[in-house]
Amino acid sequence: MSQRLPGDQRAAPPAQLFHRGYYRNSYNSITSASSDEELLDGAGVIMDFQTSEDDNLLDGDASIGTHYTMTNGGNINSSTHLLDLLDEPIPGVGTYDDFHTIDWVREKCKDRERHRRINSKKKESAWEMTKSLYDAWSGWLVVTLTGLASGALAGLIDIAADWMTDLKEGICLSALWFNHEQCCWGSNETTFEERDKCPQWKTWAELIIGQAEGPGSYIMNYIMYIFWALGFAFLAVSLVKVFAPYACGSGIPEIKTILSGFIIRGYLGKWTLMIKTITLVLAVASGLSLGKEGPLVHVACCCGNIFSYLFPKYSTNEAKKREVLSAASAAGVSVAFGAPIGGVLFSLEEVSYYFPLKTLWRSFFAALVAAFVLRSINPFGNSRLVLFYVEYHTPWYLFELLPFILLGVFGGLWGAFFIRANIAWCRRRKSTKFGKYPVLEVIIVAAITAVIAFPNPYTRLNTSELIKELFTDCGPLESSSLCDYRNDMNASKIVDDIPDRPAGTGVYSAIWQLCLALIFKIIMTVFTFGIKVPSGLFIPSMAIGAIAGRIVGIAVEQLAYYHHDWFFFKEWCEVGADCITPGLYAMVGAAACLGGVTRMTVSLVVIVFELTGGLEYIVPLMAAVMTSKWVGDAFGREGIYEAHIRLNGYPFLDAKEEFTHTTLAADVMRPRRSDPPLAVLTQDNMTVEDIENLINETSYNGFPVIMSKESQRLVGFALRRDLTIAIESARKKQEGIVGSSRVCFAQHTPSLPAESPRPLKLRSILDMSPFTVTDHTPMEIVVDIFRKLGLRQCLVTHNGRLLGIITKKDILRHMAQTANQDPASIMFN
Amino acid sequence: MAALGARLCSLLLLLAALAGLGAEAKNSEDVRCKCICPPYKDHSGHIYNKNVSQKDCDCLHVVEPMPVPGPDVEAYCLRCECKYEERSSVTIKVTIIIYLSILGLLLLYMVYLTLVEPFLKRRLLGHSQLIQSDEDIGDHQPFANAHDVLARSRSRANVLNKVEYAQQRWKLQVQEQRKSVFDRHVVLS
Repeated sequence: MSQRLPGDQRAAPPAQLFHRGYYRNSYNSITSASSDEELLDGAGVIMDFQTSEDDNLLDGDASIGTHYTMTNGGNINSSTHLLDLLDEPIPGVGTYDDFHTIDWVREKCKDRERHRRINSKKKESAWEMTKSLYDAWSGWLVVTLTGLASGALAGLIDIAADWMTDLKEGICLSALWFNHEQCCWGSNETTFEERDKCPQWKTWAELIIGQAEGPGSYIMNYIMYIFWALGFAFLAVSLVKVFAPYACGSGIPEIKTILSGFIIRGYLGKWTLMIKTITLVLAVASGLSLGKEGPLVHVACCCGNIFSYLFPKYSTNEAKKREVLSAASAAGVSVAFGAPIGGVLFSLEEVSYYFPLKTLWRSFFAALVAAFVLRSINPFGNSRLVLFYVEYHTPWYLFELLPFILLGVFGGLWGAFFIRANIAWCRRRKSTKFGKYPVLEVIIVAAITAVIAFPNPYTRLNTSELIKELFTDCGPLESSSLCDYRNDMNASKIVDDIPDRPAGTGVYSAIWQLCLALIFKIIMTVFTFGIKVPSGLFIPSMAIGAIAGRIVGIAVEQLAYYHHDWFFFKEWCEVGADCITPGLYAMVGAAACLGGVTRMTVSLVVIVFELTGGLEYIVPLMAAVMTSKWVGDAFGREGIYEAHIRLNGYPFLDAKEEFTHTTLAADVMRPRRSDPPLAVLTQDNMTVEDIENLINETSYNGFPVIMSKESQRLVGFALRRDLTIAIESARKKQEGIVGSSRVCFAQHTPSLPAESPRPLKLRSILDMSPFTVTDHTPMEIVVDIFRKLGLRQCLVTHNGRLLGIITKKDILRHMAQTANQDPASIMFN
Repeated sequence: MAALGARLCSLLLLLAALAGLGAEAKNSEDVRCKCICPPYKDHSGHIYNKNVSQKDCDCLHVVEPMPVPGPDVEAYCLRCECKYEERSSVTIKVTIIIYLSILGLLLLYMVYLTLVEPFLKRRLLGHSQLIQSDEDIGDHQPFANAHDVLARSRSRANVLNKVEYAQQRWKLQVQEQRKSVFDRHVVLS
């Protein structure tokens, strides 16, 4: 990948991965960056490298100075330029390119410097004191704003999605903005058996052809359903394609990568936020087999990113920004499920890479604020955050652990199957011509989903409604066909729990329909996750698990009724007692399937019991989730998000994997024996032109700086982007810098003959403390260092002399190779 | 910065509207007590809705007319389940209107960008400009002219051109994103 220097108007070679067209006007706008998109231009992020005391003594130079900035040592041309004496930071140095990894160590150092500076000035005046207080509290302000925005947007999404989903069926004539349930809310004509019929709600068949029942109206409703579903899907994918292509997909794999230190500019921007919110509603309303939880995490992180640009503490520091993003993702899950604690644990377990304790408290605060805002908007009309509130408290029995573990096994198997199938399909879409027609693909998937989903009443339902119905146990107040048991009508005594009853015909037909719904959902979710509209995975997985769980629950219930003299049931279930709760099986099944596909553990259990309020059922949930994780791990260690990260080739060094091979640093470092020698810069021997040629010819992201080619003693490390920006800025601003000017990385410039042009001092952009390991360091330790410190590259020395370099990409390739995967799939640095 | 300010203002307005309306004085139609009574003896199940306050939300106040005679009322009422519910119809109305208006604006803008703008440009600039620069050969996506406009418009510096400059820069970024996601399948596949 060759990087074009600004001013270079040659056409880029066709094999170039990243088009740098917008890099041409780097530093004309030296304003503080107010968004990610402006950082793309390199617009002025001021970075401040304090020069530290030099190891002058090693050079043999006896000058002793404490805070030299730049001097004019030994130059005959004695006019001291003002710029030399001021330690003027070059705008743009210290920012990162798109699709590159940040340097965590450098960002943390910057933050500590900033904090020290503010603290040292604190006692000077009241204004400085206020500034330091503002700085300390700005973190809390950012997470509060993020929580408020996430809650508000989640409320908007929920209300709009509910309305648009019901728009496929009909419309409320008295108040066009109400969905079905809200329309019939105040009506007195609802009956016990048909709780959702009321005269104000008209289906499309009634409006268009005037009939409410009959085959004609069924076909009309079918056609209108398909029409609306296709319309919404087409709108969603066109909006994504025209305005914000980054808004498609779930977002969680990319957010995981961003939180581990990767930069994707524009991924968390304003347009992505707006388009993701709008198209998420359309995608959910079109009946596709997707959920909105993953995209809500993306929306919350966008809010966090946008608000962090208002505060200089976070806008200029990529590491601090990621703390805010961790808190924002906790807020996202919190509003998606109504589970604040589960959200924090999800952020800790799944999304974040570094999670210091300070972030834990802030994430909890953000989640709480978001949940509070959502509750005050009250989208569900019952002051409840919880979508699937279960109200039963029947106990579970020890023998039921057997079917729960069976459900766990099903969850693990389904998770493994789904991950393999989905990745295979995504890979095919990525590399063959299937991927050339994204709009057509979305329309086809929506059409197939709508055509097959309409006839089955369980798939025609909104998926959240389906889950709620499956979680609800059959009490005396239920009248759906799932609760069509043969009641003993003579019982006149008041019983709170209905004993186990034999199933009526309604239940059997419901089980058939549920089986078909299960197969349909399993197949469609494989093709739906990953299409070019915002799509989440949580709700479809929970639906699949809930269907399977309910079927198993009804089976066990009937088994207990008809064979109540078997050993298990005789011990614990008496005749006439309410023994089995099929709703509980649905809950456990949902948790097992979700755990099998995402491989979450604690956070999943906490989310599910916060979702349902069923604290008594933690042990069955844990048993099922653990079983599904073990079964799933037997087939492959990765969850769905890690698998997508690997598919896209993101440079994500997984903290959960262990590296257990006995290779040494010398085996992994570059250059290998067959490669050209390491591209290095010397401390004061190179000219501007040499450096520019080196940058043009190679594609490395950084160059070690050594004292001289003979000694190979390490001075520091210079990044490509910083070099480019510094040289270009020098050519524009400083006088006398030409192609043959010497570039000096040392404290003092060497003595030059009188006619030579002014030397260029680039010490300020040099990283004086690069990490080094020796060539005999085991790779286990090297991988650990990279993980724990968040390094991008590490230099390898031998007997004190520079030998080579190991980058994060090399490590990822090496790990892929030792795991027998394709090392060429690692695409980014 | 101005765009961010405008966005922030609109977001805060939305927040204020939604949160404020959520806590507004309740519309009298927006509260109800819903009692569900299951079948009892030979009476079928029934649902009763009534607009009462929370302390009066029980079977005796809501179920009118009582279908069972006096001595059976207690047995009947014990089976019924009464729940107090409230909603905010104003919030729902405002939210749907906000959503549909944003959606409508986006649709109009999309139609403008994809259909109207290339048509206008072709008429204004004539056919010579149809020969694209060598990077955009075959690029029929919207924003294909962004490079040229970007280069030309940098010389002038009044407000309208700043807006156009920002718009062209945005179009370039979206084009990059589109290439990464849809054409090369490098990200988000």
